[in-house]
Amino acid sequence: MESVAEPVISVRGARATLGSRPVLRGVDLTVGRGEVVALLGANGSGKSTAVRSVIGQVPLTGGSVSLFGTELRRFRAWSRVGYVPQRTTATSGVPATVREVVASGRLSRTRLGWPSRGDRAAVRRAIELVGLADRSRDSVSALSGGQHQRVLIARALAAEPELLIMDEPMAGVDLASQEILAGTLREQVAAGTTVLLVLHELGPLEPLIDRAVVLRDGCVVHDGPPPRAVGQHALPGHDHVHPHAADEPLRTGLLS
Amino acid sequence: MEFLQDPFMQRALLAAVLVGVTAPAVGIHLVQRRQALMGDGIGHVALTGVGLGFLLSTNPVWMATLVAVVGSVAMELIRAYGRTRGDIALAMLFYGGMAGGVMLMNLSGTGSNANLTSYLFGSLSTVSDEDVVAICLLAGFVLLVTVGLRRQLFAISQDEEFARVTGLPVRALNLLVAVTAAVTVTVAMRVVGLLLVSALMVVPVAAAQQVTRSFAVTFVVAVAIGVAVTLAGTVTTYYQDVPPGATIVLLAIAVFVLFTALATPLARRRSRAVEAAAGAAGTECDVDVPATRRPAGDAAV
Ligand SMILES: Nc1ncnc2c1ncn2[C@@H]1O[C@H](COP(=O)(O)OP(=O)(O)O)[C@@H](O)[C@H]1O
Ligand SMILES: [Mg+2]
Repeated sequence: MESVAEPVISVRGARATLGSRPVLRGVDLTVGRGEVVALLGANGSGKSTAVRSVIGQVPLTGGSVSLFGTELRRFRAWSRVGYVPQRTTATSGVPATVREVVASGRLSRTRLGWPSRGDRAAVRRAIELVGLADRSRDSVSALSGGQHQRVLIARALAAEPELLIMDEPMAGVDLASQEILAGTLREQVAAGTTVLLVLHELGPLEPLIDRAVVLRDGCVVHDGPPPRAVGQHALPGHDHVHPHAADEPLRTGLLS
Repeated sequence: MEFLQDPFMQRALLAAVLVGVTAPAVGIHLVQRRQALMGDGIGHVALTGVGLGFLLSTNPVWMATLVAVVGSVAMELIRAYGRTRGDIALAMLFYGGMAGGVMLMNLSGTGSNANLTSYLFGSLSTVSDEDVVAICLLAGFVLLVTVGLRRQLFAISQDEEFARVTGLPVRALNLLVAVTAAVTVTVAMRVVGLLLVSALMVVPVAAAQQVTRSFAVTFVVAVAIGVAVTLAGTVTTYYQDVPPGATIVLLAIAVFVLFTALATPLARRRSRAVEAAAGAAGTECDVDVPATRRPAGDAAV
């Protein structure tokens, strides 16, 4: 058992290069138990690369990552981690229902075995948590963007993880789904789940967030209390996916 | 039902059922990961194995299996690690496999052109007892993998990165899919032929997904279509002098056309059923829309 003070995520001086371009240039990131940390920054600043390096999906050229006090290379307890990737529009070639997709999140507990009654109950609970119980037999291709995002979150919740890592869970999500997601997340946080989430802006999740880390060009430029959103970024329903030029100053209020 | 008395036909029907089950069972995973044409590639490579089998006077089915497995593992490695030139590497493998097979067949004394044709397009009349044993063993392996590991294979095909984060041995499972696909190609080779193997992997799945919403039901319907068309095609060859592979594939395509035609009315009926289940209330837009805020109108210019 690791000590209570042991951080859940510890990234030290992470460097990564994608295609010959340095994308992370010495990122430090620590997330303590029960903390909710938002990773902010313009498009292309390296947020996705940073969270993907935390779960071992981007090879580091320098620095180190450990999860729950275990060096990533030796980390095996994947059922403690729930990952929600940045949503892509690509769908698979064969129809799949909401329940089937969410059930694949449970494999971190069952691996190569057969699903038990408990596994099925956990899948059902995860679908209920994101408010899709009435759609669980529907094909995921029949869902809206926001509903699809909720499916990906339910898939991460199916393993009942202690740590949730989410990449832009609110991007392109309709207002109704945003409210449901904020409610789901609130419950998880109240139950003690640690959360690292990439956001383009704080939006409706603002009251949940303990700390914000801001990236710019692969470097941490702020690590502290969440910056107050300013201007139209604070408005709900504001388009989340507009492009930012890489060198556009961050409009986070605290920083400029 | 006189054809059931014919030992010849019994062997052919057994082989046909096994092909009808295994080809779509593997095909659904290939379609899901958008590698629908992988079966075609393996078929090309397997021909080199057939040629080697003739040259070395061993059973061509086992030799084809061996070479197809090696080829499919190479294809998977090219997919996983290959960069931009991956497609060129695959093309070399496919055409090299086909040309190599034709060449080896010619070099061997026993491999005649008639033999070549029977492997390319399938030939039920030349299925031997030895072939049936090989087909049964290989089909057993394919079913064990595709049914026993269907949830795991579904997960890696649906979202490979997510599957890795659940701790599944993704690399090993990807190789297993490739090997299973190779084995299926050689199972189906004697019945539909190497050039049409891929059709039986892909077309029943494509037909099934016209009318299904879930992976599990697509799997079952695709296998049912596979068995139906292989049996129907085999029985047809008993009464008519037609090539089995071509007959089976044309039947499968006919099923695809039929299911595609059924898809729209079926979807309409389903949405009506959903409305009925929701009751009279809730489906109409009877919610009051808040009046849109009018511009103040006193904007100074
Ligand atoms: N696979 C890749 N190959 C090359 N460059 C990449 C790849 N993935 C991302 N990048 C580049 O890395 C930078 C950071 O990307 P990303 O981490 O996705 O940013 P963010 O999530 O903050 O928008 C971008 O400039 C992007 O173009
Ligand atoms: Mg991103």
